[in-house]
Amino acid sequence: MRREIPMILTGFVGFVYIIQFFVPHAPFDIMEGLLTDWMLIIFAFAIWLGALNLLKVSLDKIYRKGKDWQYSIVTVFGFLLIAIPGFFFSGGRRFQDPGTAFDYIYQNVYTPLSATMFAMLAFFVASASYRAFRARTKEATMLLLAAFVVMLGRVPVGDMITQWLPEGYRLSQVADWIMNYPNMAGQRAIMIGIGLGIVSTSLRLILGIERSHLGGEE
Amino acid sequence: METGFTLSNTIAAILTIGIISFLWKDNPLYKLCESLFVGVSAGYWFVSLYYQNLLPKLFDTLGLTQLFTSADIEPGAIQILINEGRVDNSFLYLIAGILGALMLTRLIPNLGWISRWPLAFIVGTTSGLYFTTYFQSNAMAQLRSTILPLDSIGNVVIVIGTVCGLVYFYFSKEHKGVMGGAARVGVWFLMITFGASFGYTVMSRMSLLIGRFDFIFSTWLGLTG
Repeated sequence: MRREIPMILTGFVGFVYIIQFFVPHAPFDIMEGLLTDWMLIIFAFAIWLGALNLLKVSLDKIYRKGKDWQYSIVTVFGFLLIAIPGFFFSGGRRFQDPGTAFDYIYQNVYTPLSATMFAMLAFFVASASYRAFRARTKEATMLLLAAFVVMLGRVPVGDMITQWLPEGYRLSQVADWIMNYPNMAGQRAIMIGIGLGIVSTSLRLILGIERSHLGGEE
Repeated sequence: METGFTLSNTIAAILTIGIISFLWKDNPLYKLCESLFVGVSAGYWFVSLYYQNLLPKLFDTLGLTQLFTSADIEPGAIQILINEGRVDNSFLYLIAGILGALMLTRLIPNLGWISRWPLAFIVGTTSGLYFTTYFQSNAMAQLRSTILPLDSIGNVVIVIGTVCGLVYFYFSKEHKGVMGGAARVGVWFLMITFGASFGYTVMSRMSLLIGRFDFIFSTWLGLTG
């Protein structure tokens, strides 16, 4: 029961989606619309589960006074800082309108934190690449050169130092050529591989061959 | 955006400096900002998904919102049942609501296994959806775009690079002889792709970083133009 019902559910909804693609008529088109809405609703509950679990873990840590429990207070505070204004003081459905309390927190707390956090990746990537990019092999050298040309070609100094070269051979143009041709070829090989991989994995899931998502018999 | 030492700019600047301070070393200010970011992110999605997803698709459709507010919304399943005396198809959304609520049983240790049902639903719909869309958009569309006339260096590079890249991913035959040579060329193309993607990612992160520094020095401190 614990594994059979979910397996049948997976197979049924998977088949409905595949059939409606080839037979886009009633009842399959109606079922597809319905299932898509259901999926979005369940997705939202899944995100809620993540947020509530974060709260549960944080509150548990505060209660037990676990390691660095003080920071869990900040996490719970951050959650409430945006959730309470969002639900009660931001005009309901128009919660994202400029000037609402939710928008204020979003613009002045969430945006600077997320932008800086992602910007920091530039440093982490640079330090990791310093170790990985040492041109030890032919392949590593190609990777290094492509990265170097694309990075330099994307800033004005790239064209400044190659101004003496004829039109079409300056760094920005070489970077564009790399992005449009060799990069495109590699991307396509990867995308085709991913596409075929997803098709086979989906088929395994729908047919019940792949069952890892159902967990063990607990 | 307002410039100068306004309350909002100062909050944003302190948080920005707090995150950047990690470059010096892992410190309490960074940990504080990191924890705040985690909490605010979770809260942001919690609120956004309620208003953008659950409210219009579930509660409005079932008619629950209309029961408790006087908002100008179309009648839901409950209103249709009360006013017209018929069971509308919208009641089917109750199943989604129940499945969604079952997802939350994961929070209760003894009932956690029930959350497999909504999870199975998500896996099934995603598999069915991706089966066709990825086959169309990733596999077929990319193959179609690769069938090009070999009348320019660029087209030759694309065709050879794609074919050789695919040969590298083909593991059913040992990479020896012609297959080995093609796979080796494939690796070169993949390396260029990874390098280009790396360069592109670094530059996008750099532009974010410049944006943050511009905020601190120009918008907050007013030191530059």
